[in-house]
Amino acid sequence: MWNLLQFELFKIFKKPRTYIAFGAIAAIILLIQIALLTNGKEYVKFMLSSLDDTLDIPYDQIRNGYWIGFAILNLLLIHVPILVALVAGDMVAGEANMGTLRLLITKPISRTNLLLTKFFACVIYTFILVVWTAFLCLVVSVLLFGTNDLVISKEFELLQIEKTDVLWRYIAAFGFGTVGLIVVASLSFLLSVLSDNSIGPIVATVAIIIVFTIMSEMQIPIYDKTVKPYLFTTHMLGWKGFFYIDSDVDGQTIKGSIQHFSSIMKSFAILIGYIFLFVSSAIIIFKKKDILS
Amino acid sequence: MNKVSQPVFKKKVSVRNISFTFDELYLMPAIIEVKNLTKQFKDVTAVNNLSFTVNAGDVYGFLGQNGAGKSTTIRMLLTLLQPTTGSIHIFNKNLQTNRKKILTQVGAIIEKPDLYKYLTAFQNLFFFAKISGVKVLENKIMEQLEMVGLSERAHSKVKTFSQGMKQRLGIAVALIHDPELIILDEPTNGLDPQGIADVRNLIISLSKNFGKTVLVSSHLLTEIELIANRILIIDKGNKIVEGTSDELLDPAKTIVALNTLDNQSAKNKIVATQWGQYLQQSKNDTIILKFSKDRIPEFVNQLVQLNIEVLSVTPRHSLEDYFLSLTTANQHVEPVTV
Repeated sequence: MWNLLQFELFKIFKKPRTYIAFGAIAAIILLIQIALLTNGKEYVKFMLSSLDDTLDIPYDQIRNGYWIGFAILNLLLIHVPILVALVAGDMVAGEANMGTLRLLITKPISRTNLLLTKFFACVIYTFILVVWTAFLCLVVSVLLFGTNDLVISKEFELLQIEKTDVLWRYIAAFGFGTVGLIVVASLSFLLSVLSDNSIGPIVATVAIIIVFTIMSEMQIPIYDKTVKPYLFTTHMLGWKGFFYIDSDVDGQTIKGSIQHFSSIMKSFAILIGYIFLFVSSAIIIFKKKDILS
Repeated sequence: MNKVSQPVFKKKVSVRNISFTFDELYLMPAIIEVKNLTKQFKDVTAVNNLSFTVNAGDVYGFLGQNGAGKSTTIRMLLTLLQPTTGSIHIFNKNLQTNRKKILTQVGAIIEKPDLYKYLTAFQNLFFFAKISGVKVLENKIMEQLEMVGLSERAHSKVKTFSQGMKQRLGIAVALIHDPELIILDEPTNGLDPQGIADVRNLIISLSKNFGKTVLVSSHLLTEIELIANRILIIDKGNKIVEGTSDELLDPAKTIVALNTLDNQSAKNKIVATQWGQYLQQSKNDTIILKFSKDRIPEFVNQLVQLNIEVLSVTPRHSLEDYFLSLTTANQHVEPVTV
């Protein structure tokens, strides 16, 4: 299995399309960083305009590397899943399209092992993509803008997190985000097993993510209980929970606290469930599939 | 238990990594044993109740026109397709329950050899050797590339290769793990005449010099005729005939195609004579008989005596003609073992 995993990773990183994802993320993040470096104060003002009349907001302090990183992550909500789908959707369908799938299946590897290895290769690719995003989003932002307390708005309140309390939240958020992206990878992977052409699974995954994300973000009461709890995109937003710090009765934030830890864990468990559902469905289908390509 | 039907090797040969004398080889079980294999795609029966046996050391020719069911059968032998019914045993083991073990000893090309175009020839071979469980040595890979005439292009990407070069690289991939059974589906597709000759010589060499068992399918019947010692012809998923090429091409069993002014009347007259026993098929345009070529003058005399107005009497002795005579009849034909 190790030999096969090496082969799968080698193939992923030999394909030019893999680097499109890394290049696209770098381009988006660097453009945002350059924009915020030149017009950052105006952007922060715009973002916090609803609170400007009641509070004396220190915009220059708010515009720090941690805040920029948080703002960028919010903007990348749909982009990164699309880039994950670009590779995961190609894993099986792309091989079927090229005709190499039949050659792989004639080798002494079980179909389950073949599929799991391909999925693990996808997971590793997703992890590397998250590390790359984290590097650009957080490390470069901190280098460019420095560090300070992180101030974020949640509905109608401002939450201030001490700068010494921020880094672990980012690590946890990136970890959670990786699991969310693995759900996208597993969905795309499942669709890839069903198709003999990689365009179909990639486009279908992107369409599902866009529709589900819009539904997850819409504030319509009828959807809140009937649809949203079942959408994986709703739970993918759970990473934000690591930045929602708890406060005591005096309104002072409690260092190291999280407001709704149990709901984050619930979302985490649901995401893991989705991964198992999509991957096991892919394996069951693939084991019985006639390879006609 | 099946036996090799005729001497194939005069020296010691290696089958499944063990050396065998001819006598031992003669007693070897079948390498492939297919029984009552059927593959149904919704309303289409691609392979219908097919049974055949490939013995150790055979170069087994699998003949059929396009759409006859060759590739479907080969895909079932390689576990790409699940049989609807029937059983496949390879190396005396059930393929379904011993898939992984069996495939370590099988090398294959299925239709066109699609390899990773963005990798080099060397990289393709390197990784396929690794996942086939072979200890990968650079010189072994280069030897393999040398064998198929691609050593100078070892580090070129496959996307820069011609169809013939890809085909040769596909053969190298099929052989890199030194399999005992080699399954080649249309291996000469897309090759120029020299390439076809090279593949033919390679198959003969694999059998004669290395004791490999080869199942090779083709619609290029003249190719099969030149390399196979046993042949199976299928049409519309049905087995038409199976036998050794010597038997199928036996001059004593020459196919004679007769055309007359009135074939129906001619057929009735022939059936009433001793020649009736040699009658194979009768269609509107041709009457097919099978007897020794030496008896054609005697047959023509008989036709004259019967007042049959002859347009042509054509002896056919190539496998291709034989194949066509069997498969062009648009009707179900009971399988024959020659």
